[in-house]
Amino acid sequence: MSALVELRDVVKHFPVSRSLGEIVRGRHPAVRALDGVSLEIGASDAVAVVGESGCGKTTLGRLMLKLTEPSAGAITFDGTALGGLSGASLRAFRRQAQLVFQNPFDALNPRFTIYRAVAEPLLNAGIPRAEHADRVAQAFRRVHLPDLERYLDRYPHQLSGGQLQRVVLARALVLAPRFLVADEPVSMLDVSVRAGILALLREVRDDMGLTAVYISHDLALVRYLCERTVVMYLGTMVEDGPTAEIVRNPRHPYTRALVAAVPVPDADQARAPLPIAGNVPDAREPPSGCRFRDRCPHAFARCAEEAPALRETADGHRVACHLDN
Amino acid sequence: MMPRPLLAVEDLQIHYATRDGTVRAVDGATFAVPEGRIVGLVGESGCGKTTAVRAIMGVLAENGRRAGGRVCFRDRPIDAGSTRALLWREIAYVPQSAMSSLDPVYTVGAQIEEVLRKRGGASRAAAKARAAELFELVGLSDRRLVDYPHQFSGGMRQRAAIAMALALEPSLLLADEPVTALDVIVQRQILDMLRTLQQRLKLSMVMVTHDISVVAYLCDEVVVMYAGQVVESGPVREVLGRPRHPYTMGLRNAFPDLLSDAMALVPIHGGPPDLRETLTGCRFAPRCPFVQPACTAGALAADVTDDHLTTCRRSAEADTLRTAALDPGTWQRV
Repeated sequence: MSALVELRDVVKHFPVSRSLGEIVRGRHPAVRALDGVSLEIGASDAVAVVGESGCGKTTLGRLMLKLTEPSAGAITFDGTALGGLSGASLRAFRRQAQLVFQNPFDALNPRFTIYRAVAEPLLNAGIPRAEHADRVAQAFRRVHLPDLERYLDRYPHQLSGGQLQRVVLARALVLAPRFLVADEPVSMLDVSVRAGILALLREVRDDMGLTAVYISHDLALVRYLCERTVVMYLGTMVEDGPTAEIVRNPRHPYTRALVAAVPVPDADQARAPLPIAGNVPDAREPPSGCRFRDRCPHAFARCAEEAPALRETADGHRVACHLDN
Repeated sequence: MMPRPLLAVEDLQIHYATRDGTVRAVDGATFAVPEGRIVGLVGESGCGKTTAVRAIMGVLAENGRRAGGRVCFRDRPIDAGSTRALLWREIAYVPQSAMSSLDPVYTVGAQIEEVLRKRGGASRAAAKARAAELFELVGLSDRRLVDYPHQFSGGMRQRAAIAMALALEPSLLLADEPVTALDVIVQRQILDMLRTLQQRLKLSMVMVTHDISVVAYLCDEVVVMYAGQVVESGPVREVLGRPRHPYTMGLRNAFPDLLSDAMALVPIHGGPPDLRETLTGCRFAPRCPFVQPACTAGALAADVTDDHLTTCRRSAEADTLRTAALDPGTWQRV
């Protein structure tokens, strides 16, 4: 199967303000948000990107949508390099690749009616106005808000969180995109509503044959959405494989810690103690070699000297750990 | 045998006056916090859990008032005025976002020392020593006392907020979503620390959260709230393992579980009722797959069996309903 989205050695550094000492010494400190990520996403695949705050997962999503430019490396969409897009080709890409925002309460302009919010992408894409009403109605049906007359003239504050998230999704789908990036699409919603949105995301993906990337801090949640999961730590990919394998049989020591830390809603399940201590190090000065080594219970000399490459350990399962060679 | 309650909330009613009418945010909530136990107060947005805790502390928003009910601390009724004297020394608060309880222009150490000196009457030297001791207690290096809140990570700020809450050795800690904004590994570290502190200092704790997996991990007892009322309460293993109220059963189905074999989450259709309206009967009835005509009429009666309370009229059939609730189809028919 050919990849729809492909990243090759993608690096993204954000420069930070320099202290006097750093200016004198000619240093250019930067937050190393992503450091050498290579990833292929096949057409119609759904991939979860999980990790803690600051691991680079949101930056990765923004890069795939060309909302920010990589410091180095290349990203292609359907065989075309994103770096070379401009003018008409960029507009064509924007129609095909959409973002679903994290917080439905901030994602919509409070002064726009729901109709205008959902129709806006059509306006930006230059779709004739005569087609707007039909397209909006179709998008509303997709997200199961069928009685659309009830919503179109309303304003965001008149809707519940679950309804708003459906509207946000309708807006992302109104141009019938091929690729969707959703950044924590349900983290702001109540539990009883969240399950409905997850089911909807799955259904929409299957019906439209969408390629989707779900960014989340919650491993327990993405299990219901994606067959494949990428685990990130401090700007690097540490593990990539089938979600069921990652959850049941994590290979990388960081993934193991992450799985052990996820709480479960069952008081009878005894939870293993957390296998790691300490905090995520400063992304301006990550450890040499493996970035996880100073928290890793299994670290040895080689881990400080050499960054482990992602290597395939089983079919479709890749791990970046020296223990696994 | 249950230890005697340190805090008892009886038929608490909290009303907010708004332009669109009176919102009955808490409408007859009754629960107790036994000495030395961690009680989870769980429910979704707008169920009244945070309001209940704010009412206990006597710090309701200006348009809020206690319209009825009693709050007793060590068997003595307390109100907004008498609670003030208990704050810090007996009852302390840990907020969701430590950034909002810590002042950005003072060092964290200075803020803890201020509590010790102003509230606790400690000398400057004693306050300094005690602040260092508190930092050690929550797993922070005392060298960080001279840092400002923005120099701390989210997890460290939460530790600092807990250290501050413990400054005057309270017996009851009220924590409002204390780990919600944190990453899972940091979250686990803080939960483990809270459990250790609770045992070492013999604390009682109320943990307000929307997250039943946090309740399952940390709490001894749980109080489930829905639309301003308590619908179920009891020992955590009982309530989460053998729920007797359909709302709790639905929450369990809707909650992601890393270790379960189920491949889909089941939503509860609809939403909670408008608390400005006069509501009769069970408030979950419009969303409940097991609703019967009798459910919507008359006042609720609590059924208590072995410390496990529920307000569901069909609690006698709980075992049957629980089996039916596991079938996703049950929740689609509403």
